[in-house]
Amino acid sequence: MSQTHLPRIGRRGVLLGLTALAAAGPARLAVADVAAPAAQIMDRRLVVILLRGAMDGLHAVVPYGDPDYATLRGALALAEPGAEGGVLDLGGSFGLHPKLTELHALYARGELLPVHAVAGPYRTRSHFDGQDLMEGGGEQRLESGWLNRALTHIPESAGQPARTGLALGLDLPLLMRGEAPVGMWAPPRATRPEPDLYARMADLLHADPVIGPSVTEGMRGRGYATGALSAGAPIPGNQGGFTRLAHAAGRMLARVDGPRVAALELGGWDTHAGQAQRIDPVLVQLDRGIAALRVQLGEAWSRTAVLAITEFGRTARANGNLGTDHGTGGAAFLAGGAVQGGRVLANWPGLKRDALFENRDLQPTRDLRGLAKALLRDHLRLPENAVDAAFPGSAAVAPEGGLLRA
Amino acid sequence: MDTRPQIAAVRFGTAPRPEAPLPEDPVAWLDQQTRAAPPPLPPPPGRDAPASLEEGYSAWIAHDATPPPAGQASVPTQMFRAEQQAWVRHLLTSDAPFHDRLTNFWLNHFTVAERGGFGMTTGFPHFLRQAIRPHVTGRFVDMLVAASRAPAMLFYLDQVASVGPNSNFGKRSGRGLNENLAREILELHSVSPAAGYSQADVTEFARIMTGWGVERLRPPFDLVFRPGNHEPGAKTLLGKHYAEGPEAYEAALRDLAAHPATHRFLAGRLVRHFVADTPPPDAVARIEGVLRDTQGDLGEAARALVRLPGAWGPPLTKLRAPLDYVVAMHRAAGATDPGPVLGALSALGQPLWNAPQPNGWPDIAAGWAAPEPMMQRLDIAYETAGRHARLDPRQVLETALGPLAREETRIAVGRAGSTRDAITLVFASPEMQRR
Repeated sequence: MSQTHLPRIGRRGVLLGLTALAAAGPARLAVADVAAPAAQIMDRRLVVILLRGAMDGLHAVVPYGDPDYATLRGALALAEPGAEGGVLDLGGSFGLHPKLTELHALYARGELLPVHAVAGPYRTRSHFDGQDLMEGGGEQRLESGWLNRALTHIPESAGQPARTGLALGLDLPLLMRGEAPVGMWAPPRATRPEPDLYARMADLLHADPVIGPSVTEGMRGRGYATGALSAGAPIPGNQGGFTRLAHAAGRMLARVDGPRVAALELGGWDTHAGQAQRIDPVLVQLDRGIAALRVQLGEAWSRTAVLAITEFGRTARANGNLGTDHGTGGAAFLAGGAVQGGRVLANWPGLKRDALFENRDLQPTRDLRGLAKALLRDHLRLPENAVDAAFPGSAAVAPEGGLLRA
Repeated sequence: MDTRPQIAAVRFGTAPRPEAPLPEDPVAWLDQQTRAAPPPLPPPPGRDAPASLEEGYSAWIAHDATPPPAGQASVPTQMFRAEQQAWVRHLLTSDAPFHDRLTNFWLNHFTVAERGGFGMTTGFPHFLRQAIRPHVTGRFVDMLVAASRAPAMLFYLDQVASVGPNSNFGKRSGRGLNENLAREILELHSVSPAAGYSQADVTEFARIMTGWGVERLRPPFDLVFRPGNHEPGAKTLLGKHYAEGPEAYEAALRDLAAHPATHRFLAGRLVRHFVADTPPPDAVARIEGVLRDTQGDLGEAARALVRLPGAWGPPLTKLRAPLDYVVAMHRAAGATDPGPVLGALSALGQPLWNAPQPNGWPDIAAGWAAPEPMMQRLDIAYETAGRHARLDPRQVLETALGPLAREETRIAVGRAGSTRDAITLVFASPEMQRR
């Protein structure tokens, strides 16, 4: 072989947009924008945010109108709307935690739908079982995630620059693992190898059954993201990690040739002690992250639904350390211009002793799968078999009606 | 060519260094590391001894009294960083790398994380040096007891805040149980959910533990039992009865360590780490039997792992986690500076001693092999090669891969346009990314 040996990946790398890794200017993007098929403009967008560690639903979406709330929560109880440090009113019975100001503004616009007394079909209080079951979507643990299985039913066209699914951050959550290839984005490092060296590395790795496909997919994803994110102002680097990832997600989802479905994760909800202090910065990140999505999605926000879910709720009572332990029923958020919000969705079980699950936790009266199934069916317009594949064994759980604007 | 010496170094050790010859008798070399006393772990640079609990707590108190100016790391955090540097420097230069791998394995099993705050960081030198390292080739029960009574763990999983609701203090203050540590010991550290325990078992175990906490503001600056916080009455955990009093916690831990479900759980985890992501059932049964027959002797288990036929065959089955990968690159380059290792670990999503959740880091390829993380590895390979671009790439290749190097890799390294590119290709190669 000659000294000018071109690695096998070379041609493929170029096709996958590898040269964009060297840095792409806005000029190149203008071409991509023009080339996008008009039909794609109508595409809906779905963002799923996994709140890891079990968000205390009673602290995020506060049932201040429940006569047992203040006594049950004791020192963790938040004040009524209007009082100092009071919750932000959601129509007379519920209120958002006062740190959730951006979400409250969305509520006022009819673009936030808090959901309460909701849980997955499992009743474990293990974080790790709970997260795996929430993301897997089955009644037992599965090797792939419900969102990935749904993605396998969305056809990708051959020349499509971005994968339909996008995961933000360095972890590919179980939710997004599976047969459908997904794109990823994480903040880039200051220096990167030249494209030729990437190509040589990819060539060495090509045959490895685990690493090879990941590198091919990773090059493709970077090729797209480098171009897509170079338009507009730089992604703010001084913000908390989640906000930055949400910013990048919104920027890519907004593009007509961009991904349609994105997944993000936000940890820090496991507030066993000192909850009032520990939960504040996490709530702020969630609040700002969803706000960043809205701003970056721009006009596409009107076709977007954001679903934020957690593995389970926490104990209804404070635990004596001004924290809460692992529980059952909790809260979820739906946000977006496509969402029929401005109300709270709850069959409220009440907080009386007899109403609690095992005299301990908020009783779930709604299945998370109903929310997710509705988004797959009514928002992404996936066929019935796709929804069934996402949530096997869930025939008894109907997709929740009325979540979306007509 | 015999690949066993190289495999001993990459799968059981933490990867070869240029100045250290590979073992002629790999099994004897590995056995020896399980029988000798733990190799010395020097204190952080510039210190005569590792930071004690008392020193850490004093720094914490001083921090609370006078927080440092914005942008400046607090003293407890600086002490934690120094301990990280000490451990990484040891990992890079150690000549007992099997012992080090086992230490990393058990540190992950008993995860405590920096995000748990000063309670974890001030207690970590004690946790590493006194709770974990002395026991990695000793008995599991001793490690379980030590880790479950270590102040770093008691802070990290909130045991310091737990109070028996019917104890004197509980009745007076209205404070109550915190079941976090109880649940995670059962789920993650001992019997695992396969034992079929219930919420009632978790609560009972939390009651058993009440009273145990940490005194950080005055002597003894250590674990203490406060009778006034202990929940009165007998308790029942997994069908066994425990009398009221301070002895019940350790008694319960000893019973958990001896439970057959614990042996099965640990065997599965060990085989997953050393053999394959999906542990072969016969190998798990073999290790489980060793743990059962030796009352949880981890040295015997380690020697049995070395003797599993499945642990020696190329192809290399395990994808290196970032900690393995980054340490292997730096060892191959003969590096001793811990700073770039710590930076690379954060960049690759495995910041040292800061796992996001109490279940620690994944030990399967699926946890690390997603597209963008693999791309970030290539970037780190390039950065690391840049720090060592004056080395001879052929030498780096021989050290790192030896007889495991594929012909394709040798050719690509030989054709590279610069030494940096050549070393990047060694580091990026699939055989380098596996162990």
